[in-house]
Amino acid sequence: MEIWDQLGEWLANLIKTILGALNLPLDWNIVVLKLIGVVTVATFGLLLVILLTWIERKVAARFQDRFGPNRAGPFGLLQAIADMIKLITKEDITPSGADKIAFNIAPILGVVSVLLIWAVIPFSSVWFGTEINVGVLYIAAVGSFGVISILMAGWSSNNKYALLGAFRSVAQLVSYEVPLFLTLLVPVLLGRTMGVNGIVKAQDTWFVILAPLPALIFFISSLAEIGRTPFDLLEAESEIVAGFHIEYSGMKYAMFMAGEFLHAFTIAVLTAILFFGGWQGPGAAEFPLLGLIYLFAKSFVFYFLVIWIRTTLPRVRIDHMLAFNWKFLTPLSLVLLMVTALLEKAFEADALRIPVLFGANLLVLIITVQILRIVSKRQQRELKTFEPRPVAVPPPAEEVSA
Amino acid sequence: MLDNWLFIGLFVLIAAVFPATPILINYFIIPRKPNSIKQDTYECGVETVGETWVQFKVQYYIYALVFLIFDVETIFLYPWAVAFDQLAFFAVVEGVIFILILGAGLVYAWRKGALEWS
Repeated sequence: MEIWDQLGEWLANLIKTILGALNLPLDWNIVVLKLIGVVTVATFGLLLVILLTWIERKVAARFQDRFGPNRAGPFGLLQAIADMIKLITKEDITPSGADKIAFNIAPILGVVSVLLIWAVIPFSSVWFGTEINVGVLYIAAVGSFGVISILMAGWSSNNKYALLGAFRSVAQLVSYEVPLFLTLLVPVLLGRTMGVNGIVKAQDTWFVILAPLPALIFFISSLAEIGRTPFDLLEAESEIVAGFHIEYSGMKYAMFMAGEFLHAFTIAVLTAILFFGGWQGPGAAEFPLLGLIYLFAKSFVFYFLVIWIRTTLPRVRIDHMLAFNWKFLTPLSLVLLMVTALLEKAFEADALRIPVLFGANLLVLIITVQILRIVSKRQQRELKTFEPRPVAVPPPAEEVSA
Repeated sequence: MLDNWLFIGLFVLIAAVFPATPILINYFIIPRKPNSIKQDTYECGVETVGETWVQFKVQYYIYALVFLIFDVETIFLYPWAVAFDQLAFFAVVEGVIFILILGAGLVYAWRKGALEWS
């Protein structure tokens, strides 16, 4: 711990000395110090993408009984860099009739919306970009930028497939934001703060134990937010070729991909932070590095889960997907929010708080499953009373011979 | 406090510069050999028919409206959740009533058929 503190102090002093030598007014010192922090976090986020593409391709390949990238470098680790070199030298095609401004801004905005979330993520007890008191609201707000980027890309491409992909994405992302925001409220309520680091500090018992169902709903609706299988209707290859980014090539396309990979990892990090204790773990408060390791270990478990789901499940139909959101996830998260709020108040500072909240979630789960069973039985009965379609009867033999 | 928001402000700038840089490098080093076929709209190799900005289903619009109602009302719940410790039990019940009204809105939209994809 002391080594890290001393190292940080030494670095801060070094920077201050250099700035002092430059003889700038005091306010600029703060700006430059902040800027160094910003560049560190942002670079970290973007460098992560190189690792993530490799992990994703390798793991997905294993699921499909392949080897995945294994030519460039040891274990194919340099594959992402090779791809970068290829993409950066590729001709950039702007389709005729495209809206140039929106067409060029969209990929940048796509990365910005994801990268901005990393500004408030606490990596360990003392390492975080910044701690603002409306952290969760900030995450929700900047996360919604992604929709605008997708709509801009689809609209400006002068391509019907791109436009259809953009419309689908707006319906999907916007719908799944409702259960996402509602379940985001549960950790805020349990932690009594909107600061992200505050929520992590409040998790002496992980919130997933107090609220297992909200954690699950949060994860599912986050999956829909990143537009991965089974919710990848916005870029369904077999229906609308590639959706909103069909006309993009070269580095602009790469930026969309980078944003997507980083977003997939970001939701894994957010799940770990909001429900699975973030950097919390034995000895994490004393040793910041240990906290970082804990956070990333948890995050990679969820990232693995995201890839697992992606490689296993087929794509759902759009009406099923929206019905699943509006008729199942949203009512369920409303009920869970009410139950959590009432019980949290009734058993405040009570030893029974944890078992009662967990039991309540279990009870809600059982009731939900029962309701679903009744509904599906009724639907099956309706299907059985359906008139059978007439079967084609072959014409009499004489007519055929005549 | 203001320092934290300075961080966010700088982050917005840097987050825009980072993805813009490779795109700019790309712009300067790429070969440029445009022709009309290459820049055609790519719709599975078939020539595109008619206007691109086609009419779309009104259902998208209805979903957007329902979303707007829910989103705005959920925002009101965040301060309630943060101030949970200071609230009396009755205030919590009030919050629950607010959520119930939200639920009633959902039931209304459901009954009206706004949630059907037809």
